[in-house]
Amino acid sequence: MTCDSAAEPAWRSYGTSRRATRAVRVRVSAALVAATVLAVLLVPPLVQLDQQAVDLSAKLLPPSWAHPFGTDDLGRDLLLRCVYGLRVSLLVGVVAALAATVLGTAVGVSAGVLGGWVDRGVMRVVDTVSSVPHLLLGIFIVAMFRPGVWPVAVSVALTHWLSTARIVRAEVLSLRSRPYIDAAVSGGASRWRVAVRHLLPAVLPQAALAAVLMVPHAMWHESALSFLGLGLPTHLASLGNLIQGARGSLLAGQWWPTLFPGLFIIVPTLAIAGLAGAWRERINPRRRSELML
Amino acid sequence: MLELHDITAGYDSRTPVVRNVTLTVAPGEAVGLLGPSGCGKSTLARVTALLHRPDSGTLLLDGEPVRRWRHRAPRAHRTVLGVVFQQPRLAADPRLRLTDLIAEPLRATGRRDEIPHSVGELAAAVGLTPDLLDRRPHEVSDGQLQRACLARALVLRPRWLICDEMTAMLDASTTAALVAAVENYRAASGAGLLAVGHDQLLLDRWCDRTLHWDDLAVGAKTKPDQPTR
Repeated sequence: MTCDSAAEPAWRSYGTSRRATRAVRVRVSAALVAATVLAVLLVPPLVQLDQQAVDLSAKLLPPSWAHPFGTDDLGRDLLLRCVYGLRVSLLVGVVAALAATVLGTAVGVSAGVLGGWVDRGVMRVVDTVSSVPHLLLGIFIVAMFRPGVWPVAVSVALTHWLSTARIVRAEVLSLRSRPYIDAAVSGGASRWRVAVRHLLPAVLPQAALAAVLMVPHAMWHESALSFLGLGLPTHLASLGNLIQGARGSLLAGQWWPTLFPGLFIIVPTLAIAGLAGAWRERINPRRRSELML
Repeated sequence: MLELHDITAGYDSRTPVVRNVTLTVAPGEAVGLLGPSGCGKSTLARVTALLHRPDSGTLLLDGEPVRRWRHRAPRAHRTVLGVVFQQPRLAADPRLRLTDLIAEPLRATGRRDEIPHSVGELAAAVGLTPDLLDRRPHEVSDGQLQRACLARALVLRPRWLICDEMTAMLDASTTAALVAAVENYRAASGAGLLAVGHDQLLLDRWCDRTLHWDDLAVGAKTKPDQPTR
């Protein structure tokens, strides 16, 4: 009895404190994601300000009430530029993540269902493409098109479907030998029907999670490409472009044109990753219990 | 006739699980196959259900040799055999409600118009109440789920039924109900049965003849189909 009462509170407080931390993390992440989405959707139509308005008399002003994030070397308001930049980066991130997930899921399910030489061939292609560094391949793809939002999204999507394809294929291979698939085969189901009715719904939660986790990654890639001057054209504010344009002023001691776009990359991507992590723990409770041990 | 001749099967061709098994089931006949766990009964059941390609040997369905297995087997061959598996939890897609689980073979073979009639009739035959039909597998017991799996196996009205340890996980009353449901279906349709199990008492009472795995597997060529009673 004494042993029980001594041991239980310690175990409990450990579990509850972890749970409380997780709840706080989820709430903060959700609030930040909501704020990001609202800012990106509402600010441009509601605030009738021109993000490209140049005012050379107000160039490189430090943060103040009039310009909370300061101004850049052409006197443009950085807060407004950051929101517009986030809008473009988020658009690229979401489109690229969705495209990569659809492509990866289709390839993974087909390889897993068809098996045999199709599976071997497809997975060797996946291995070959993944052996080239993502950024290098992305640069190659972007360089084939005129600079713009879509080439960047396509480049990120074409370099990031591989991991999803691997995850989905592995999941399909493990599901394929379950007795309920045998039962479907015995009930006269075609390969296509087994894939669409039984296997695809089973891998969708995993694929959706992979898509959400990929959004921040795709945003980082967009920023990297833009920073290298290969992504979006310089007049289009994206977070990578903003940081790239501000490099010179950083050396002159003006920190705000680099810091705020940097925070605008880090905070939303961490928030999205935090929400996705909580979701992963939820759909895979075994993992959580393993972590508890 | 459902005939297996000299079947050798397994998962590694150097060490087959099933060796030179010969076995026949006549239409309307109930054959029990008795053996200890791990001996290869389930593999033989999977071969018979066209779910596992044997390494050698022939399987004749009404005199016609089967050449292709799983998806490659003609749909008409696959659907003439109904299968009930040992573990209902693993044999049921966790996303489907029981009514969809039972109706799935009708949907897969393009016979949707028969769903309302067949599902209602079979649910009553296996003892599932309408409120259970709206539930998903995790919301029902093993016994209730196995009843749904039996209904699914019967929904295409197969001429051969293969029950692989159908009642191994279940209590006596559910076992009796399931066996009664199988027997009612067989009495009405004249279907043959291959019941695989390790419960000699059950198989002896249920089947017309019971075969011992050891007799089949070792001395298959010298004494095929030795009845035990």
